[in-house]
Amino acid sequence: MTKIKSLDDLRKMKSELQSKIALREKSENPENLVRVKVAMATCGIAAGAKNIMEFLIEELDKRSIDAIVSQTGCLGYCFAEPTVEVTLPGKEPIVFGYVDSRKANDIIEKYIKNGELLDGIIPVNYEKID
Amino acid sequence: MKDLSLHILDIVQNSLAAGATEISVSICEELQANKFVIEVKDNGRGMSPEVLQRVTDPYYTTRSTRKVGLGIPLLKQNAEVAGGSLNLSSQPGEGTKLAATFGHNHIDRPPLGDMAGVVVLLAGANPEARFIYIHQVENKQYVFDTREIAEVLEGLPLSDASVARLLKELINENLCSINAGNF
Repeated sequence: MTKIKSLDDLRKMKSELQSKIALREKSENPENLVRVKVAMATCGIAAGAKNIMEFLIEELDKRSIDAIVSQTGCLGYCFAEPTVEVTLPGKEPIVFGYVDSRKANDIIEKYIKNGELLDGIIPVNYEKID
Repeated sequence: MKDLSLHILDIVQNSLAAGATEISVSICEELQANKFVIEVKDNGRGMSPEVLQRVTDPYYTTRSTRKVGLGIPLLKQNAEVAGGSLNLSSQPGEGTKLAATFGHNHIDRPPLGDMAGVVVLLAGANPEARFIYIHQVENKQYVFDTREIAEVLEGLPLSDASVARLLKELINENLCSINAGNF
């Protein structure tokens, strides 16, 4: 497979990317999107949050799960980093602590797909102000 | 932090928290002068002289969720241990510039790490900000500018996994061609 080395190479891949993304967007409904936030403060980054965020982005895409993965600042659970907050449509957010790739996989397979709770949930002690 | 790319990811979070809409990360590898210089410059709200004086104190933070601010002190410590230093300059309303210098061949200089992953993650998670990543090794340079990428992709989201994969490949191919972080 030809490697992408320049903006021209990227331009040539654009139509292929457009059709992949168009297919995905047709099936998306904003209210049905899973929202995943990875805490990305110093403690989180040092504990491996970057790799977890990349894992979640890749695996949710591979498993065709409609989700938005974003980063957030310190949630205050520095002792349990990496931490990931998951909000399923219509449900309250849940924060998972000590997330490694195995736990991230469980979060996808058990919680996101089946609503099954896992060990290591951190009780939420904050309120988001929109 | 395991490597320098994670320090950069951490420092850029400060820029984003300061409301920066344009953040440039520049890495300059001067082999002859034995210097590895990281510069992060932003157009955020900047810091007053009083705050600037305190940011290298690990017990100082502007956040309310914790009582320590370790990002800059950790970077400063790593730079000094590797025969270098950390310099910060900032003006309220004008932004902040951080420069961390390391001895290039110093045994305690952390490896560069996954810069492509860091840059693409930042760009995808913060679409409203412009990121410019410049990597120079002696007289060879590579520039990755999210504004140029956005023009090429014409509205395709950088946060999309397929787009992210290609952008990482683009950055890595070019970093490899200039021998970035490989000495």
